Amino acid sequence: MLGSGLIQGLAVTAKNLVGSFHDPARYTNVEYPEVKTKLPEAYRNFPFLVTESASDPMGTLRCVACQICEKECPPQCIYIEKSKDKKPDATGKMQLFPAVFDIDTSVCMSCQICVEVCPFDAIKMDQVFEVATTSRFEALLLNRNQLAKPNTYYHSIHPTEAAEVDGRLAAERKAAEEKAKAAAAAKAAAAAAPKSATAAASATPPSTTPTPKPPAAPSAEAPKPPTPAA
Amino acid sequence: MSISDLSPLGAQGGSHVRAVHDEFHGDLLEVSMGPHHPSTHGVFRMIVTLDGETIVKLKPVFGYLHRNHEKLGENTSYLGSMPYTDRLDYLCSMTNNWAYAIAVEKLAGQPVPERAEYVRVILAEITRLLNHTCLAGFLMQDLGCSGTPLMYAFREREKILDLFESLSGSRMMCNYQRFGGCRVDPSADWLEGAKQLTDGYGQFLDEFEALLTGNEIIMARTQGTGVLSPELAVAAGVTGPMLRATGVNYDLRKTDAYGVYPRFDFRVPLGAHGDVYDRYMVRVLEMRESIKILQQALAGIPAGPIMDPKAKLRGFRPKAGEAYGRIEGPKGEIGFYLVSDGSPNPYRYRVRAPSFINLTILEDMCLGQTVADAVIILGSVDIVLGEVDR
Amino acid sequence: METAEQIRDRLLARFPGAEISVVTNPGAAAQHSLLLGHAHARAIAEFLRDDAPLKLDQCSNVTGIDWPEKKIVETTKVTVPDPAGGPAKVVEQKSERVQPGYLEVVYHLYSIAFRHGPVILRLRTGNRTDQVTVPSLTPVWRACEFQEREVFDLYGVKFEGHPDLRRILMWDTFKDHPMRKDYVEPDDYEWEPTPHGAVLEKAKAHYPTPPAAAIAPAAAPTPATGGAKS
Repeated sequence: MLGSGLIQGLAVTAKNLVGSFHDPARYTNVEYPEVKTKLPEAYRNFPFLVTESASDPMGTLRCVACQICEKECPPQCIYIEKSKDKKPDATGKMQLFPAVFDIDTSVCMSCQICVEVCPFDAIKMDQVFEVATTSRFEALLLNRNQLAKPNTYYHSIHPTEAAEVDGRLAAERKAAEEKAKAAAAAKAAAAAAPKSATAAASATPPSTTPTPKPPAAPSAEAPKPPTPAA
Repeated sequence: MSISDLSPLGAQGGSHVRAVHDEFHGDLLEVSMGPHHPSTHGVFRMIVTLDGETIVKLKPVFGYLHRNHEKLGENTSYLGSMPYTDRLDYLCSMTNNWAYAIAVEKLAGQPVPERAEYVRVILAEITRLLNHTCLAGFLMQDLGCSGTPLMYAFREREKILDLFESLSGSRMMCNYQRFGGCRVDPSADWLEGAKQLTDGYGQFLDEFEALLTGNEIIMARTQGTGVLSPELAVAAGVTGPMLRATGVNYDLRKTDAYGVYPRFDFRVPLGAHGDVYDRYMVRVLEMRESIKILQQALAGIPAGPIMDPKAKLRGFRPKAGEAYGRIEGPKGEIGFYLVSDGSPNPYRYRVRAPSFINLTILEDMCLGQTVADAVIILGSVDIVLGEVDR
Repeated sequence: METAEQIRDRLLARFPGAEISVVTNPGAAAQHSLLLGHAHARAIAEFLRDDAPLKLDQCSNVTGIDWPEKKIVETTKVTVPDPAGGPAKVVEQKSERVQPGYLEVVYHLYSIAFRHGPVILRLRTGNRTDQVTVPSLTPVWRACEFQEREVFDLYGVKFEGHPDLRRILMWDTFKDHPMRKDYVEPDDYEWEPTPHGAVLEKAKAHYPTPPAAAIAPAAAPTPATGGAKS
């Protein structure tokens, strides 16, 4: 019968209209700014730098300024400058740290490649999305102070992944400690046997800087080429 | 009254509407539809010459979204191009990723573990559901069914995007496939979610079809509109649902038998007339077949590694050579042609974009039809301008 | 399906005197291709399309490749007899030759009727400047029409016999061919917060002091470190 298809279609819309008042499957809207949906754990948007402690973020950055992420970043939005001196990292080894670490979030496409290539678990994906600003360049260029977020924050946004990373780092730290212990034992043994003392001493890694210096003063990285206009 | 009377600048001065004098046909009108026209699905322009309401000539104008994607691909590493492929056809990032991964794997001779192949099939078929559902919604919007079918389609799309987000971290720019596997192993919870979606999708399709398929107005508008002959479709390189709607049985899932598709039992729906209605119906039937594939894949997915242990993420340098890899994307054959000279970046990186090639026969389908039909013919081609202009 | 060599032999039997050679692909894909001379290209393409055992009715992909001229240094070992009567010396002679550049058009053909492929055809231009004409295959496969236009637009290959050879992606008044390897992009540099490599060089040309130095005066990057980052 001509028109039966139309009537059938109208029945569907009527079912949806009525259903939207009592069936949550037919009314799926969320009134966004007032109500927010829960983000899935895997959600990613913009990278951040992981620090061990919340009180001393610049002293405990996991990043060692190896510049792998800078090289691999497809849109080239990461800018790193290595420090002149070294500080101990999570495993107690003396490492460089980034004197400058900038991410231009107006260019960043949140592809997560920096996170995948990082061998130190130092850069992870954030979950921020309400990041609108009023200036195009300056406010979206984040320096290392803005990028640094503590490990506890990482645990709060990606709990499963963070626990796995922490487990792996703890294992590495333990292995490093055991290695150091073994090296110390070897040294002691070498001291006991004076003949091989020189050989053992040269085998231990030489430390370039005996005391870790504090990172560069924050004032050194604040100004940007065009001074921020109001 | 002609269109030139409606132009705010009149017949003389209008930049987008111009009268063309021809001694045989009287006044022909040249109308520029787009690039900023709601019916063109983005920034696409058609220069249409009209005799009254009838189209006598149609010239597509491309390039408004051109960003030289291929040059970008030559300037970044193989891995670095993966997130850019998301941005080609931004509705189907999972299949774009797969097509690129399959081309690079061919180039480097990289094997893929079985579980990853299953995950790829699952994601590709979910992408097909997503694309075809959206397309049906957009097509109805072009026909003038403002809102309702599109909103129903987007309600379902949201469920799929939530699945993608919980697996890859992003709703549309998934960046999920890697050379030699996939980035994250889907958890049992995720697979359960995909199973629920698959089981519920048939019911949604029943409802969607009850709304649209039998509708007399849709039939009257779309049957016999924009007819494409199988001979022309083959000669012009048209692929995907557009080709199958003309009755040519050609589906790369069957012919190339890539991935683990030969293990699944599914059929290839074919059209008979090659008109807009057939293109719509072929897509709806394809979704039903996709559900069948999904049910088999989700039931049979094996345990095991998701990445080949020898696959390299950094310092990936395939040795010199070239490869053309292609898969059956939701829009047609999406292929990547790569030439390597042994360096970390591809020497040549070419995208064979299905919607670009399907669009080249637009004029042949539109000749003799009315302006309003040109809009739905364009809608039935299923274009995404990010891919057309690259 | 026949191999590239078999197709070549059959074509040579059918078109005596035609220039046809097999270009081997050393990669894992092993998709070998046929390099055609201009004179018989269209006749061969028509033959391949209608040939009963091949029936390559679909031209799937048409693309260009730019091969700029390349200096090749060849080392040959020459045995020089010792005039003093001693054992002959082996001397390495280095010869430099310039491999002329050319543009290449690649066609990927498949058969929908028999579901096989790809057969790959290649056409090469004489050089990259004035002899850039190749015969168009649009009269054989309609699919080539817009893709050949794209190759013309991005590479500057002229297709003889193409019905409508105009720019397609770039605008009509555009001068250069952007996909060529020696394409120089116009200097429309704006301010870039994180300049790298080539962009850094541009930034230096536009600003008296490099922006990198302004970001971190304490670190004071030299041009050498800036260049090393790229």
